[in-house]
Amino acid sequence: MADFLILALLGGLGVAAIAGPLGSFVVWRRMAYFGDTLAHSALLGVSLGFLFDINLNLAVIACCVLLALTLVSLQRQHLVATDTLLGIMAHSSLSLGLVAIALIDDIRVDLMAYLFGDLLAVTPEDLYWIYGGGILVAVLLHKLWEPLLAITINEELAQVEGVPVTAVRLSLMLLIAVIIAVAMKIVGILLITSLLIIPAAAARRLSKTPEQMAIGAGVLGCTAIALGLALSYQWDTPAGPSVVVVAMLEFLLIYSWPQRQAA
Amino acid sequence: MKSHHDLVRLEQVNLHFGRNHVLQNIDMALHKGCITTLIGPNGAGKTTLVKVVLGLTKPSSGNVWREKGLRIGYMPQKLHVDKTFPLTVQRFLQTTQCKDKSLMLEALSDVGAETLLKESIHNLSGGEMQRVLLARALLRDPNLLVLDEPVQGVDINGQLELYALIARIRDQRNCGVLMISHDLHLVMSSTDHVICMNHHICCSGHPEQVSADPSFVDLFGAKGAEQIALYSHHHNHKHNAHGDVIEECCEHNHG
Repeated sequence: MADFLILALLGGLGVAAIAGPLGSFVVWRRMAYFGDTLAHSALLGVSLGFLFDINLNLAVIACCVLLALTLVSLQRQHLVATDTLLGIMAHSSLSLGLVAIALIDDIRVDLMAYLFGDLLAVTPEDLYWIYGGGILVAVLLHKLWEPLLAITINEELAQVEGVPVTAVRLSLMLLIAVIIAVAMKIVGILLITSLLIIPAAAARRLSKTPEQMAIGAGVLGCTAIALGLALSYQWDTPAGPSVVVVAMLEFLLIYSWPQRQAA
Repeated sequence: MKSHHDLVRLEQVNLHFGRNHVLQNIDMALHKGCITTLIGPNGAGKTTLVKVVLGLTKPSSGNVWREKGLRIGYMPQKLHVDKTFPLTVQRFLQTTQCKDKSLMLEALSDVGAETLLKESIHNLSGGEMQRVLLARALLRDPNLLVLDEPVQGVDINGQLELYALIARIRDQRNCGVLMISHDLHLVMSSTDHVICMNHHICCSGHPEQVSADPSFVDLFGAKGAEQIALYSHHHNHKHNAHGDVIEECCEHNHG
């Protein structure tokens, strides 16, 4: 197998494994649009990275984290409904990013690679970012697991029982921001949310506990990466979209299976 | 009241939401081993008051004192778990940090729901859900149980049963209980202290006392009150639409 395929596979598996559990929270807490907004803002991070000549991964992580924090503080002020706010921020940051990139005239940026991902161009340096970020997120997620479940079940109940609800909720947003930043390379800005929610939604049908769903989502995501890459290699289709198509097929397959007694 | 060991004390608590004066000069105390029931019409601020007791809402003015090391077992009015969230009763009980299955079964059998351990939360009936919520509150070994309309969505027989169960739990554990209820006549036999409120505390005391109080009659209408009241008398103040007291001439005709 070619080196670039091994790198792509390793990168993809790393991202999909951690996207499963995090994506489950995105599904449970109805944060799909939030994920999308963060992903859109990643392009702004890319162009700022080019503009100020800083590490692109760092710039994207910083941009996503900043956007998450801005969103939380704006949400508190109740200026407009949250989904409107998300829409404004998603498309403004995407447009700002596109405009900024156009203004940098000495660099040619492969926009398609950022919008739809360039799995086959994963470098060893990218792997460090993916696995470094992924392990950091996994450790924090493990530590915060019970409080995160508690606030997902009922925030007031959690607060009465001593869970620092605001801090835990913010941590989840930041973890999602980090994972979106490192996953951008794999499936691209426009498709990142699908890697978070499709495997998790598919795993729901097969799970009775949150842990089963989180692990199931990780496994389904990894399967989608492997099969998607194979598809891409075989028929020369774009890698990121191929992965998403496989994830969608998994979802359809699982949901068209005759339902047993559901949990 | 069996003892005057205070668990929580509220002194002159006021709460405004904008121009809405939701809680007005509330003084109350919750005691160990004592069941206190909050009653009042919809929108009277009962749930808000409970949230102040729980520490979920900060009062605009006034003091809230809680005993050091107070462990509260809270049963929310309604627990809506999103359908996308797979959760069995067992896993739900584990979120109290209790890993011991025999303790969980014990708590479930205390509320008569031991068969539900493996069941999915999404398949429970209203009454079963209330029992599971109660079991979960008990697992925390609370000194104070706070129940926001514990019998919601439960049929009449089930309601009586649940109230009896709550009284039994108080007897066994000698914890304090604060609960919200709509209907005094069902709670009456299993409560020690009733607080009747409509933004302010209209009257409080033993259930018999309260059911006879003019402000109770005024709040719930003579018909509703008659079902339980032994006697009634006219009332010395009336409420406007906001629940504020409209002072009128006092006429206390005990009848």
